[in-house]
Amino acid sequence: MTNNYIIEAENLTKKFGHFTAVDSISFSVKPGEIFGFLGANGAGKTTAMRMLCGLSIPSSGKATVAGFDVFKQTEQIKKNIGYMSQKFSLYDDLTVTENINFYGGIYGLSKSKLKEKTEYLIDLLKISDARNKLLVSLPLGWKQKLAFSVAIIHEPKIVFLDEPTGGVDPITRRQFWDMIYEASHNGVTVFVTTHYMDEAEYCNRVSMMVDGRIASLDTPDNLKKEYNADNMHEVFVKIARGK
Amino acid sequence: MKRFFAFVVKEFKHILRDYRTLLILFGMPIAQILLFGFAITNEIKDAKIAILDFSKDNVTQEISNKILSSGYFLLYKNLNSIKDIEPAFKEGIIKEVIIFEQDFSKNLSKSNLANVQIIADASDPNLANMLIGYTSSIILDYQKDLSSGKSLPPLINTDIKMLYNPNLKSVFMFVPGLMAVILLLVSAMMTSISIAKEKELGTMEILLVSPLNPLQIIVGKVIPYFFIALINYIIVIVLAKFVFLVPINGSFALLVLESILFLITSLSLGILISTISNNQQTALMISLSALMLPTIILSGYIFPIENMPLPLQIISNVLPAKWFIIIVRGIMLKGVSFSYIVVETLVLVGMTLFFILLSVKKFKIRLE
Repeated sequence: MTNNYIIEAENLTKKFGHFTAVDSISFSVKPGEIFGFLGANGAGKTTAMRMLCGLSIPSSGKATVAGFDVFKQTEQIKKNIGYMSQKFSLYDDLTVTENINFYGGIYGLSKSKLKEKTEYLIDLLKISDARNKLLVSLPLGWKQKLAFSVAIIHEPKIVFLDEPTGGVDPITRRQFWDMIYEASHNGVTVFVTTHYMDEAEYCNRVSMMVDGRIASLDTPDNLKKEYNADNMHEVFVKIARGK
Repeated sequence: MKRFFAFVVKEFKHILRDYRTLLILFGMPIAQILLFGFAITNEIKDAKIAILDFSKDNVTQEISNKILSSGYFLLYKNLNSIKDIEPAFKEGIIKEVIIFEQDFSKNLSKSNLANVQIIADASDPNLANMLIGYTSSIILDYQKDLSSGKSLPPLINTDIKMLYNPNLKSVFMFVPGLMAVILLLVSAMMTSISIAKEKELGTMEILLVSPLNPLQIIVGKVIPYFFIALINYIIVIVLAKFVFLVPINGSFALLVLESILFLITSLSLGILISTISNNQQTALMISLSALMLPTIILSGYIFPIENMPLPLQIISNVLPAKWFIIIVRGIMLKGVSFSYIVVETLVLVGMTLFFILLSVKKFKIRLE
């Protein structure tokens, strides 16, 4: 495998007993790219992402993340990635700064670096009034933005986002995507799963998963052309119906 | 190491921020030992009795005086006829009636045989048994005084000695069990809930994707509860020793080491429970029903194992607390050295290893 790609997967497969959750998928992601992983619930998005994060060992195939092998070098992978899941990644009974300190701490940030990052994040998210408030008292949108900031606090090469915008209003979603662009602009590769088709438009490239397979993979514009559709939603419907 | 430290700090914050749980954690052991120490008692002190004396002679007077001056009994009233007995019990105050037959002294000197009847309120069978035992032995004692110097048929003299707990103080018996229950509660139950909480909220995923390895996560979860359990343990020991004067006849260091072993057993049980439960509710239910209830009932904490039906006696062997209670009673009350409790210690070590191995296996399956 070459080093031009930050994520490379080749015939990656995951079986649970007789059920094949991810069926021989192959793709590669360039550094700094926003790579969308789309599909209906149960299409295998989350399972595929878990394998790339080192949370789950693949049944067969090959894959490297940030140049490390997903079979043997999961510890190395974990140091180089950030992760934010559809469930909440932050602790409600800790304050904003305590949450930041905790995540910075488990990723091994030095004290001075942690202090600098904390101030930067609080300033960025404009939450200086709430810095010592318990997280439980913050609105959902703030929590989500904070969760993303915390997921990239250690400046990882790749950040994996598992349906990060579930249950958030469209305005916050838009702001959230601004943050993703910002991160991508700073060279972080973004790997995002979602089932909101409008979000697919924001990605550089999109892969459509159906029943554990990648049915289609291209830029949103090319996909729309190929399927003769006006928007990604139509593309998705056409792919899911088998053209 | 720094990563691990950050994790442990977070765990302490979770615990310290939850005032209510904290209050229960520290309040419960104190409440329990005070309850068991003061409220539940198997000793007899100032039990109220009534006397129905048909004879009213020197001997019956002397026996009555001897009984009443023992400190165990208090005369509530003198009865005059058989008819008074039932109503006297129904009042609910007296626990025992002593009846001397007519011409008690005369019969005793003439035929060497006089009858005294003891009636006890057996609605509390244990108490009734003890009252009767105490009364009989006082009368027997009087009889011996009487017979000394006279030539009477030979008597067999039973000299009873209650070893290790001469005053039959119940708190001596409860303290070892209480230690086991508190250590189990704090370490097994609280750890399992705290790990299950992380799974329920979805933050476990985040921890697993982080550079922390699973072992660090588990140990980090366990450490705060290890210290809380240790503090609780010290509270119980101090209260037992200085408030209830429970002796520590054996080596204190040995006692502490064995307790730490049991603490580790409990923590590994907590980890095991957390691997099979996905949310806090399940963890709590498993801890309470599969751990606390059998421990309180079957470990010998309150009810003697020897009196249980055989199947329950066999089941009691799988409870770590049973072995720990034997160890603690041995060290505290009998003052035994390590060589007497090797088997029990090995059983605990074996159980701990088994729980840890099983947890690791379960944890791996989950990761697959």
